[in-house]
Amino acid sequence: MSVTPFRLPVIPALKRQSYLSLYKRGVRDDGRSIRSPRQVEIKVGVLDKAEGSALVKLGNTQVLAGVKVEVTSPFKDSPNQGVLVVHAENVPLASPIFEPGPPDENAIELARVIDRSLREVKAVDLGSLVIRPGEKVWNVWVDIYVLDHDGNLFDASMLAAMAALMNADLPDYEELETGEISLRRGVGGRKIKVDHMVVTVTTAKVGSYIIVDPNFEEEVISDYRLVLAFDEKLRIVGAQKTGSGGMKLEELQEAIKVSKEAAQIYFKVLEQARGGS
Amino acid sequence: MKAKVGIDERGLRHDGRRPDEMRPVSMKVGVLANASGSALVEFGKTKVLAAVYGPREPQQRFMVLPEKAILRVRYHMAPFSTTERKSPAPSRREVELSKVIREALEDVVITSEYPRTVIDVFVEVLQADGGTRAAGITAASLALADAGLPMKALVASVAVGKIAGALVLDVDEAEDSVGEADMPVAAAPDLGLITLFQLNGVLTEEEVQRGLSMALRAIEQLVAMEKTVLKQSYEVVEE
Repeated sequence: MSVTPFRLPVIPALKRQSYLSLYKRGVRDDGRSIRSPRQVEIKVGVLDKAEGSALVKLGNTQVLAGVKVEVTSPFKDSPNQGVLVVHAENVPLASPIFEPGPPDENAIELARVIDRSLREVKAVDLGSLVIRPGEKVWNVWVDIYVLDHDGNLFDASMLAAMAALMNADLPDYEELETGEISLRRGVGGRKIKVDHMVVTVTTAKVGSYIIVDPNFEEEVISDYRLVLAFDEKLRIVGAQKTGSGGMKLEELQEAIKVSKEAAQIYFKVLEQARGGS
Repeated sequence: MKAKVGIDERGLRHDGRRPDEMRPVSMKVGVLANASGSALVEFGKTKVLAAVYGPREPQQRFMVLPEKAILRVRYHMAPFSTTERKSPAPSRREVELSKVIREALEDVVITSEYPRTVIDVFVEVLQADGGTRAAGITAASLALADAGLPMKALVASVAVGKIAGALVLDVDEAEDSVGEADMPVAAAPDLGLITLFQLNGVLTEEEVQRGLSMALRAIEQLVAMEKTVLKQSYEVVEE
């Protein structure tokens, strides 16, 4: 069951007018323009036990992504392809609005939008994840862990997922006589083959303004958010309107334009994170 | 022999439709006795039932807002609605679709009329042949209106797909399984608002624009049909 959010903080609504008067001058409360994302920082390889990991800071938002791999049987309809699974947790330590428990609709939506955007453009070469065709393939888990929620979990999570995947190693393994695969965790260096980089850019409609990379308060006072996923060629590889408000056609056109610019900023940071830092 | 899924030399799809043609659409309202409002919508073989209960007092008393009614939406597929039996437990897909369907309806229902109450919208997919969320939103819009709830406008929905490089309207399951992109859209044409917008797949900006106008044209027709069906549900009393 999906329910109208009824426990959102009221403070942002009280500050709405001051936000709008700032936007009128083209700026935000932290000094950036309405079209600029916050400062992005990506650290890769922050965890040893994970085959790949990345910590992303987008302003005060922090998202950790960990890649774990295991050996599994392929799906019957794709015997020559590995398996990629994206999962997201809104960990309760990240925000007063998060509750312990299984992923809610927001965490599920987050994971599914990222999963679709990676899948559709074939960001990860699933064909390279085969150990024995039809029998043994790699299952690559991307677990997104939201650590501090100050808005725009989509963009931060996509950056974290991409950076973690691009720096993930597949462990060496041995094929036992029984046919089983024995992994040597922590040993090996074959990188997961990532063919395309994908970023999402989230814009929010607040009042009559389209703003890039909303913080948490801006998300609360927004009518809706639009998440657009782009590949390096700036093709649109996924989209999701999220939030209760309706969107005008002109707003979508404007959002596509401004999102393409922000995407290039994200791609630059992601490029720096490729191959470790 | 079954026609190949795609676009043939005559420019027609596997079931004989033109690229911008919907499947036959059927709409009925007031199909359930208990519900405050209900509707059955069919897009070809896709068959979706929607029911509205409320505004009513929520079971959990804390689940209220002081200034408006809360909307609760469940999108659910019947176990027998698919080729392979679908487990009745809610899947991650159903959780996400419940959310986006709720968000597709929130902006049109005048919930401020009923503070501290809940309005429940239940969408049950009886038969799935592609476009279940679109048919579900269309059915939910009809059911809300059938319940007599004040609404700013009616909503309808349809998906645009890309098959063999061509944009096509209202993809069915066969087309969806070979499709390169799927873009579900819901809108309230009388308000000029797009209330659901998703894209699964790769499209250029130009294709997004073209697909969107294709969807919006169809949604206008669907809303016109909703209005006709709703009017017909009232008995004409001679003066």
